[in-house]
Amino acid sequence: MSSVDVQPPVSEARTSPGFVALFRIEMLLALRKRADIANPLLFFVTVLALLPLGVGPEPDLLAKMAPGMIWVMALLATMLSQESLFRGDFEDGTLEQLTLLPQPLYFAVLAKSLVHWVATGLPLALLSPLLALMLNLPVEGYLCLFISLFLGTASLSLIGAIGAALTVALRRPGLLLALIVMPLYVPVLIFGTGAVQAAIDGYAYSAQLAILAALLAAAAALAPLAAAGAIRISLDN
Amino acid sequence: MSVTSKSPVVLQVRDLACERDGRRLFEGLDFSLPSGAAIQVKGANGAGKTTLLRTLIGSSSDFSGEILWRGNPFPEALRGMRESLLYIGHRGGVRAGLTPLENLTWYGADNESALQALDRVDLFGFEHSLCHSLSAGQNRRVALARMFLPQAPRLWVLDEPLTALDVAGVAALEKQMSAHMDKGGSILLTSHQPLALPGLDFIDLSDFVVDESFTDIGGEHVFS
Repeated sequence: MSSVDVQPPVSEARTSPGFVALFRIEMLLALRKRADIANPLLFFVTVLALLPLGVGPEPDLLAKMAPGMIWVMALLATMLSQESLFRGDFEDGTLEQLTLLPQPLYFAVLAKSLVHWVATGLPLALLSPLLALMLNLPVEGYLCLFISLFLGTASLSLIGAIGAALTVALRRPGLLLALIVMPLYVPVLIFGTGAVQAAIDGYAYSAQLAILAALLAAAAALAPLAAAGAIRISLDN
Repeated sequence: MSVTSKSPVVLQVRDLACERDGRRLFEGLDFSLPSGAAIQVKGANGAGKTTLLRTLIGSSSDFSGEILWRGNPFPEALRGMRESLLYIGHRGGVRAGLTPLENLTWYGADNESALQALDRVDLFGFEHSLCHSLSAGQNRRVALARMFLPQAPRLWVLDEPLTALDVAGVAALEKQMSAHMDKGGSILLTSHQPLALPGLDFIDLSDFVVDESFTDIGGEHVFS
């Protein structure tokens, strides 16, 4: 180490990253791990492409199953990628450093969840019209499918963060994570598929979308708090 | 600045006992850390050095006794303490997917001071390499570079900072710690190696161990 004698003063308050800085760095990390972005998408596309081979290529049957199948696969794809949300940070000590920031852990969790959504949920929503086409979903459902997935996957990313935080200290959290998170995913799934079904049947679907938006607002406010608490518990042993 | 009886106490511990996984590690620990002072925590492997440090930064809540930050008790004083805290643990908080420069700027440093700090830990030329391509010692230096940032916080809590460092690295670190003390900063660290720090105090956790059979197994008797 060199011996430059610059002696800055001891400061009372430390500098710490703000929300934007946290988001930027998480985004940078996500972009460098492209496989982590590609895996859920590949899973989503592959399973839905295999579906007609499994249940038969009758257009009516596929159209009937499409909203539910697309939503369930989006949910599973989100959950599969959720396991690693905090793992890397836990192993290299960054998670502990995040808990020591003077600002609430809430913002760090919110930033991570948001990046998780941008890297998984958003591409899923963008890809959904293509898969809807493959599954012969009636045209009336496209817009609603996109909007419901756009709102719903954001809730899934936020809710999943709670499960990921609770299981971060475990070596193989897979099944436990699913057991914790699945029940919390159910309302999102119900209103998501409900909205698309209503759109296909020609009914108004704005109520279901409004509920999805309300669920997202509640998840954005509460899930990072719960996840932050869970992280502190996971680290406290 | 030398430590005198008038130096303000920043961190004080009274009758502290810590547990881990239901086992009491040590009890009856009393000490105070004044401004401009450094304390090295010693003890056998598993004696509770890391647990002590993690308790003092508020990461572990399994303790009894009193911890005071500038006279105010935990947990109310925790927030104020964290504003003045630099903690470098066993796991250094260095992200393998980022470069050393990004790792430092993430902690709130500006580019120029981050580059200077990296230069001072001998990572000049590695600023833009990803950390997973660096050696263990170099990664440790990235973590420790936070001590070389301007406006480093007042209280340093360092868990085995010398691990994986070479001789020159240890010397530079000692120098930086000594400079920090001169400026009125306080340091609490664990290490198995002796440190050349003037005015360094010691706490040996083996003196506070509850279960005597534990020291017999883990400490001097087996390894010496």
